Amino acid sequence: MSYTAGPTGFDAAAATAWRDGVPVYDRGATICVIGAGPSGLTAIKNLKEHGFGVDCYERETGVGGAWNWRHNRSPMYASTHLISSKPFTQFPDFPMPDEWPDYPKHTQVLAYLDHYADHFELRPHIWFGTEVVKAEPAEGDRWDVTTRGTAGYGSERIHRYAGLIIANGHNWSPKRPDYEGLAEFKVETIHSSAYKDVAQLRGRKVLVIGGGNTGCDIAVEAAQQAARCWHSTRRGYWYAPKFALGRPADQVNDLMLWLRLPLRMRQWLGAKTMRSTVGDLTRFGLPEPDHKLYETHPIANSQLVYYLGHGSITPVPDVKRFHRNSVELSNGEEIEPDLVVLATGYSPAFEFLDPALLNTDPQGKPRLALHVFAKRYPTLAVAGLLQPDSGLFPLVHWQTVAFAKLMRLREAAPVKASALHRKLESEVDRRWTEANVKNSSRHWFEVSHVTYLKAIDQLLQEATP
Amino acid sequence: MLSVIRTREWAFPVPPARREVLRATPEADLGKPPVLFVPGFGHAAWVFAEHWLEHTADRGFPAYAMSLRGHGASAPAPKADLRAYAHDVAQVAASLPRRAVIVGHGAGALAAAHALARYPAKAGVLVAPVFGGPSTALRNPLICLPALFGGRLRLSANQLFSRELPSSQGRTYAKRLGRASRKAQWQLLAGRNPEDPVGDPPVLVVGSPDDRIVHDSAVRKVARRYGGAPLLFPGMGHDLMLDARWREPIDAILDWLEKA
Ligand SMILES: Cc1cc2nc3c(=O)[nH]c(=O)nc-3n(C[C@H](O)[C@H](O)[C@H](O)COP(=O)(O)OP(=O)(O)OC[C@H]3O[C@@H](n4cnc5c(N)ncnc54)[C@H](O)[C@@H]3O)c2cc1C
Ligand SMILES: NC(=O)c1ccc[n+]([C@@H]2O[C@H](COP(=O)([O-])OP(=O)(O)OC[C@H]3O[C@@H](n4cnc5c(N)ncnc54)[C@H](OP(=O)(O)O)[C@@H]3O)[C@@H](O)[C@H]2O)c1
Repeated sequence: MSYTAGPTGFDAAAATAWRDGVPVYDRGATICVIGAGPSGLTAIKNLKEHGFGVDCYERETGVGGAWNWRHNRSPMYASTHLISSKPFTQFPDFPMPDEWPDYPKHTQVLAYLDHYADHFELRPHIWFGTEVVKAEPAEGDRWDVTTRGTAGYGSERIHRYAGLIIANGHNWSPKRPDYEGLAEFKVETIHSSAYKDVAQLRGRKVLVIGGGNTGCDIAVEAAQQAARCWHSTRRGYWYAPKFALGRPADQVNDLMLWLRLPLRMRQWLGAKTMRSTVGDLTRFGLPEPDHKLYETHPIANSQLVYYLGHGSITPVPDVKRFHRNSVELSNGEEIEPDLVVLATGYSPAFEFLDPALLNTDPQGKPRLALHVFAKRYPTLAVAGLLQPDSGLFPLVHWQTVAFAKLMRLREAAPVKASALHRKLESEVDRRWTEANVKNSSRHWFEVSHVTYLKAIDQLLQEATP
Repeated sequence: MLSVIRTREWAFPVPPARREVLRATPEADLGKPPVLFVPGFGHAAWVFAEHWLEHTADRGFPAYAMSLRGHGASAPAPKADLRAYAHDVAQVAASLPRRAVIVGHGAGALAAAHALARYPAKAGVLVAPVFGGPSTALRNPLICLPALFGGRLRLSANQLFSRELPSSQGRTYAKRLGRASRKAQWQLLAGRNPEDPVGDPPVLVVGSPDDRIVHDSAVRKVARRYGGAPLLFPGMGHDLMLDARWREPIDAILDWLEKA
């Protein structure tokens, strides 16, 4: 489907209202979804299942979002494998094939999403190559959505919708640290979003900054292919292996949850298992973790420790500053890499939206109930703005089911629906982590999957007329 | 009630298994949904391949028949439980090109009903459903007693077919039957009620008042649970898809699908 074949074609007669002199095409009870990544796809499916009409806009030419590594802004690299095992990654009503491994590769995840889109016949709802450039509230809790061909192609058009789900992803806008001297640094420096293939590292002296999953994956690849690898982290972490006790590690974690062991007991057992399998990492020169297990977004990487043990990764502390040709570390040491990879993560970005609509705080964090529902705008939802300690898809699935149910409740029992929304409004600052997570720029939307799903489950029950 | 938190299923995923899937493709794609047939305990894909599979394809529906693990040409699975069977159904359904209709027969209807709670099927059809529970055991003591002690559920030709089916044919069919795992047989007798289907699919229940394995009232009870009345085919045996008048129920099911 192309841009010109949009929901209403170019027939100006179909316009029923005007906004700043531009015709507004009314799409009636249809709901708009921004983005056709995993979150957008499950939004379309669940809205359809609840009987809604859906128009989805996707700036790229295919589905899959981050998992479609041909996409311009995809953060995937050739070797990416899931860190959440299949039961946690798949949608709760669409299992990944038995033949696939515990941790599928990114190409398989894309194949899964493509199949999901075909199986549930979602593509007829998606306008590809179409970017949302503005979304504004209109009277009656409705939404005016301005679109344009990606990269400015074609003219702008406005459609009016009964509801809006923003599913634009949060792993594409690089978070660039601001180091003293970085601007004058003469050596090639890339953000991990520009890292695609191990060929970029071959034979180089590489400094990887950041101890998230991306930083750890790239450090491992550098250990295998680069001439040297320094890995700079600003704190000690728990490097969880992908397999523990003969099964995917996240399944061990949920075994403990299933047994209803209290958090402290799980932290103790988990730390004990890690100590007896992974061992004491200070031996390799890494700092002790400055937090308990489950207090930072989990790292799942079995190979990092292995390569530390081979001496092919040199752990180093935080960067203090950059000089013209060298990097000074916080311990005073100076190193001379010829490639620096900033694996410092991503920030959410909603360029098409007035930040006030999401009740955004001065640090740029939207304040949303359950990280989904906005104050004052009951027909608006953000889907997928989460960092779960497990896979994302099941959580987003239930987010969008809850939104669909609330939209239906608005028709069936408007009083009850607004009472429920008021209750949600009072919860915008509630967090859904079980452990006391570290205060870092990436942790404000960290959630524990069971804690979070319990809250969603409760909402689903309350949203039944 | 939706089941949102599934720590047990996440912590203990069903082990993978190779599955037999037979299929019949219509001559032209008429946009009709795929139909997946799920055989009951001891039965396998072949029971549908006899008549229903081709007939369904002839009427324009892409048709598939599977064998649960431990049955037919699927991988042996002596330790499988009911959840593994339901997993098999959801796996095959999700692998099809489009949202599928799931048609389960006998105890396969129970596996299908459990699968409907894990996969948003286009529609569900429960044929001569054996939903189990202690009353099943009491009503059919001769069949169920051995199962209580881990033996096979004994199904003979005259329990499965009407007299209209030549008895030699009935005996040949009965000889081909296998058995479900002990654990699943136990679970069937214990009878855990399936969760509600996801995605709110229409569900049709089909049976025969002359079924010698499932009583009329049990069929009605299942139909009530899914909010309807059963479609009954008097004079037919439990294995409606193999019985002499196999054409009537499948035509009724496909007519219903075309209308639903
Ligand atoms: C390296 C890496 C590995 C990961 N591994 C895992 C894992 O193992 N398990 C897991 O659960 N998660 C993992 N994730 C998280 C991953 O981001 C999510 O799984 C998932 O891709 C998020 O889906 P989404 O639909 O919310 O966002 P995205 O996948 O980013 O999709 C957003 C879509 O919206 C479109 N879009 C954005 N803005 C606009 C606009 N203005 N107009 C039109 N379209 C727009 C984009 O083009 C994109 O297609 C990983 C992430 C990274 C970076
Ligand atoms: N294999 C996979 O499946 C896979 C691979 C990669 C990523 N992912 C997922 O993708 C998401 C993004 O991961 P990510 O690793 O790119 O980002 P991330 O999780 O945000 O990690 C960023 C890392 O950089 C550090 N950092 C941030 N700002 C810094 C600064 N100014 N100076 C020094 N260090 C800084 C952070 O330290 P702090 O600890 O202080 O915050 C953290 O270690 C996560 O959800 C992750 O799980 C999955």
